[in-house]
Amino acid sequence: MRYPLKFFIIFLLVLSLAGCGGLDKKELDTITVWHWMSDRDEAFQELAKRFENETHIQVKFELYAPSESYTQKIKAAAQTNTLPDIYGILGEKKDFASFIKSGYVADLSEDLNVTAEGGTWKNKFFEKALSVNEFLPDNEYAVKPGIYGVPLDVTAIKIVYNKKLYQKAGLDPNKPPVTWEEFLSHCKVLKENGIQRFVSGFGEIWMIDALASNYAMNLMGEERVFETYEGKVPYTDPDWVRVLSLFKEMADQQILVEGAVTMVNKTAEQTFANERAAFAFNGSWCVNVYKGMNPNLEYAAILPPRITSKHPMKVWGGAGGSFVVNNKSFRRGSAIQFLKWLTQEEQQAYFAGQTENLPANKKSVAQISPILSQFAADMDNTTHPNIYPVHEDHEVIEAFDKGIQSILIDEKTPEAVAAEVQKVKEKVLKRAHKP
Amino acid sequence: MNAAALSARPEINYEKVKRITTSFFIHAFLIVISIACLFPLWWAFASSLKTQQTVFSDLSLFPKNPHWENYYYAWTKADFGLYFLNSLIYTVTVVIGVVFVSSMAAYAFSRFQFPGKNILFLVIISTMMIPIPGSFIALYVLLNKLHLVNTQIGYILPQINGQLALGIFLLKTFFDDLPKELEDSARIDGCGRLRVYWHIALPMARPAIAVLAIFSILAVWNEYLLAMLVLSSKNFMPLQRGLMVFQGAHVTQYPLLMAGIIITVLPVLVVYLALQKHIIKGITAGAVKG
Amino acid sequence: MNYHRIRNFVGNYVFILPAFLLFFTFSLYPFFKVFQLSVTNWDGISPSIAFVGLANFKDLLTENPTFWVSMKNAFYVTFLALTVQNFLALFLALLCDRDIKGGNVYRVIFYLPPVLSGIVVGLIWNWIYDGNYGLLNHFLAFIGLGDLSRAWLSDPKTALLAVSMIHMWRGFGWGFVILLAGLQSIPRELYEAARVDGANSWIVFKSITVPLMIPVFILVSILTILGTMQIFDIIIATTGGGPGYHTEVPITRIVATMIGSSQFGYACAMGVIFGLILLALSMVQIRVSKMMRQI
Repeated sequence: MRYPLKFFIIFLLVLSLAGCGGLDKKELDTITVWHWMSDRDEAFQELAKRFENETHIQVKFELYAPSESYTQKIKAAAQTNTLPDIYGILGEKKDFASFIKSGYVADLSEDLNVTAEGGTWKNKFFEKALSVNEFLPDNEYAVKPGIYGVPLDVTAIKIVYNKKLYQKAGLDPNKPPVTWEEFLSHCKVLKENGIQRFVSGFGEIWMIDALASNYAMNLMGEERVFETYEGKVPYTDPDWVRVLSLFKEMADQQILVEGAVTMVNKTAEQTFANERAAFAFNGSWCVNVYKGMNPNLEYAAILPPRITSKHPMKVWGGAGGSFVVNNKSFRRGSAIQFLKWLTQEEQQAYFAGQTENLPANKKSVAQISPILSQFAADMDNTTHPNIYPVHEDHEVIEAFDKGIQSILIDEKTPEAVAAEVQKVKEKVLKRAHKP
Repeated sequence: MNAAALSARPEINYEKVKRITTSFFIHAFLIVISIACLFPLWWAFASSLKTQQTVFSDLSLFPKNPHWENYYYAWTKADFGLYFLNSLIYTVTVVIGVVFVSSMAAYAFSRFQFPGKNILFLVIISTMMIPIPGSFIALYVLLNKLHLVNTQIGYILPQINGQLALGIFLLKTFFDDLPKELEDSARIDGCGRLRVYWHIALPMARPAIAVLAIFSILAVWNEYLLAMLVLSSKNFMPLQRGLMVFQGAHVTQYPLLMAGIIITVLPVLVVYLALQKHIIKGITAGAVKG
Repeated sequence: MNYHRIRNFVGNYVFILPAFLLFFTFSLYPFFKVFQLSVTNWDGISPSIAFVGLANFKDLLTENPTFWVSMKNAFYVTFLALTVQNFLALFLALLCDRDIKGGNVYRVIFYLPPVLSGIVVGLIWNWIYDGNYGLLNHFLAFIGLGDLSRAWLSDPKTALLAVSMIHMWRGFGWGFVILLAGLQSIPRELYEAARVDGANSWIVFKSITVPLMIPVFILVSILTILGTMQIFDIIIATTGGGPGYHTEVPITRIVATMIGSSQFGYACAMGVIFGLILLALSMVQIRVSKMMRQI
């Protein structure tokens, strides 16, 4: 009876060895791409087929989701030099820098600047989308300046509002709020009519971060925010307390839908799609999501209602997903060729159309749906931590965002949170300056 | 009227009433708990028959227009046939491996005397207690060094190891409490230790083995992260990967996902039904009596 | 004679050889790797790894209050699990141990929750606890306790308790299976003999069932502690650790540090400390069990 087990193991061993048969030339030339975008896998497979028809080079897309598992996989592969020819890097700029410094990312600056018909490859993209993949001279990561990846699509996070609910409350559906005061007064009217006001996936703290930074930059200007990250301005500064107080106002006036503080974005999307909230703070990918859940939803996208006109209201956004080329791959040349092809107008238009996302190629924008163009409207004002000249430490960001959660549930005051965040900031600064 | 007859009647009624009431309350309690357990699965089932638009707005317990075709889509879109077979292979091999390896080791820890016994036992058990989320990456590096990445063996062996601590602990506890008379008499009759283990101890350990099997089956069947790390080839992927297809970064296709989940849950339930028959009463009693 | 002694000696180790081979390769090596990394400030990607001595540990013990808040939360849930969940599991196991109608059916049903994956559990309980449209609030309104309605998962006073309930709902099935197996291996003759001697249910329970079940109780306790302290997927599926830090637990903190802020070495240090605490808890349990066996 022992034997069956031994046989089984030997059998499997043989099976697995049999799997590594001889590689033919075609397999050797196959470009492997790793990604995490489950929604776009079908579109990718189709594009791979088209590429093969045109160039006879095979491209294999492999999907690893969700994004946390994907991140673990590329980090593990980095340890063993088993990264594929093309892949994406999720996470902070710091991680991107580490991958580059470990030799796993090819510098694409030269290829981007090659002139061909229709201009350089570089010029096809929205500037902001490319900046996410760019390292400027004198960057804090000591990475050689250059552009190391290409964007596939672009996202922008804005506020959407439900036109039908506006009508129901007697508000003009074509006059959404432009200032914070208007926003508050519209919310009062909605409340009187028994309509829930605002929902967002605030359980995912990066969403809180997005809205808070939008308002911080609107209130005090980008420069001052960056100075705070550098440690020159404390978080206890009245400007920051004012930003935090905005959330207190939201809590006091019960603007948030119940439970939003621990909601994941997907739940928030359901809530808005099922017309249970008048406002949502969500990104351009929501167009596809809402369409699937409620094709009759009538809504539009606007900038977050501004506090002041002194500084522009920024939009959190930039590149959606980007691909980099493995510098250690011996198929670099064809990989770059594939990426160039992938980001051409025709392919981008197809991609954007299939997945209802904003294309990264400027010229393909003409062919997107009206609601998507509303998201694309303020492309020049988009910003994202990955293109800031300075970055804030993760611990401080977490303390800040979780602090806002506490404000929203009436547990702490804005002043108390500001003091706490400043304490964490000082600890981090001290740690950074230790020899 | 007979005085004895008069006094006899109320006594019988009291006993019977007590039994019926107790029985009623017991069953009521069990039913309430059962509903609490069944409800989510039922809801998942009902959701699998709705559409993406109605899955959250339609709160009915069973949709008026059940979309049975969701199961067909889920099966084909997610290549369930292939993943099902893989999961089956993995589960069977891992469980067989775990049962044999851990029962042998547990038997040794329980019955044999040898130097270092206690230390070894403690070491094995203690690592079960120290969960290290980061160990996955170290594991990957190791598998790469052993050239086991993207192989089925590379996926199976760590999982056998994963259940070992529990298995050894479970079985040693069980063996410790097993009366030794049968085994001693067999050894006196001249049986080697292996045969004693095989013919006597192992069969008597059926309840513990059944429990171990149930836990291991569930662990392997639901395993996901290791598969993601170690396996790249689609041909080797287990079931949970199939489910992932429906969970987009932004769009989750809920009805299909629920259909997929029901498909993955059913086999486990069937196996559990079969296995729990082995946790039957008084088998030890049977052996001692005989 | 010598041949037999050697054969005996080798035989001892042959039995444990396969287990040890696997263990050494797949447990010990990663284990030591984590220890090794916990004294570095590695970020998980770059090939260069800098040794920082005990700095990570010092920081954890003195300047990381959120880690200890998460530990406290885990203890809270574990305490509830050890008491409420396990008593429920024991009670149900006792009930199903008798020859009651439909015993087999119940056994399958009670094992359903553990079989479900984190996704389903998360989705369903999110819906049950939802502040506006949740089943729980509807039910409360239905029985006239409408003022108790709230957003259970977002209210700092109830969030951790709500999450604990989900965990216990899913967890009692494990305890139930093990306890039932233990109960079923108690020879029926002992019960019959006691009944013949005139003992009632309580005495039977106290003097026969409990002493024989002590090892099983200990096993269930240890598994409960280990399993509950490592709670993770339920939290991620429902509250994400919020609001604030109210439902953060050690594993969510470790994962956030590892993946979120790329402080891999630091996260390994967190793992080591967490593991040591778990080890201590289990040692205490085993010590207690040794004492109880001697009673």
